[in-house]
Amino acid sequence: MIFYLTGGLIVASTAMAITRRHMVHAVIYLLFSFFGTAILFYLLGAPLLAALWVIIYAGAIMVLFLFVVMMIRTDATEEVMFPLNQWLPAAIFGAIYMAVGAAVVLMTPGTEVALPLMAGSPREFALYVFQNHWLSIEIVSLLLLVALVGAMSLGRGKGRDRTEDEA
Amino acid sequence: MIVPFGHVLMLAGMLFLLGVFCTLTRRNLVMIILGVEVMLNAAAIAFVGAALHWQSLEGQAFVLFIMAIAATEVSVGLALIVYAYRRSGSFDPSSCNLLR
Repeated sequence: MIFYLTGGLIVASTAMAITRRHMVHAVIYLLFSFFGTAILFYLLGAPLLAALWVIIYAGAIMVLFLFVVMMIRTDATEEVMFPLNQWLPAAIFGAIYMAVGAAVVLMTPGTEVALPLMAGSPREFALYVFQNHWLSIEIVSLLLLVALVGAMSLGRGKGRDRTEDEA
Repeated sequence: MIVPFGHVLMLAGMLFLLGVFCTLTRRNLVMIILGVEVMLNAAAIAFVGAALHWQSLEGQAFVLFIMAIAATEVSVGLALIVYAYRRSGSFDPSSCNLLR
């Protein structure tokens, strides 16, 4: 079963990613996780989203992470784990929530029925999005523009501060 | 696809927990943002599974917006991290306490 294989791969590579001490290794493991997610989207009938996931998440976001990690010296980031008595209650509560969530999912009627086949072709999907969500698309594009301006202004402020320090 | 909806939700929940764990326990700004990415990934999987379950493209449209939000969050977040690193010289969030 491809779904379970891919799901196991995603969970395993994510678990590896979040426990790595070296940030470059973590980013590369997470890249595998996102490729697995793209395969999962294709299996679940979203081919356009699968392609976008590889292009944007694996291609753009993770490369941005790699840029930042490699731009900055990453040696000697010795992390200290929280002491046991601090995170043990949190872990217990988290385990209880996990059990309750699993019980809710399993006891809801209809979740054990096999999912039907449906493939939203890129054409249908694009028509749907631009017929029903055109305003949200515009808002999101505006948000991306604002983020671009914000990131640029943060970068500029950093350079100005450094020259002030040198002066 | 002969997978029950519950199993997709289980997978998404497991991934979300991994993301929460990463965000809460790591003392490294880059790893914290990485944990947020994992959580958004889990939410997207749940949305695509729900779109298949209810035979509606609404869930897939939402994943498109999740992707845009993730891109925004990462670009601004990483710019902030670089800024904080230049200021304080470390990735430790507890060293970014210089309110000036």
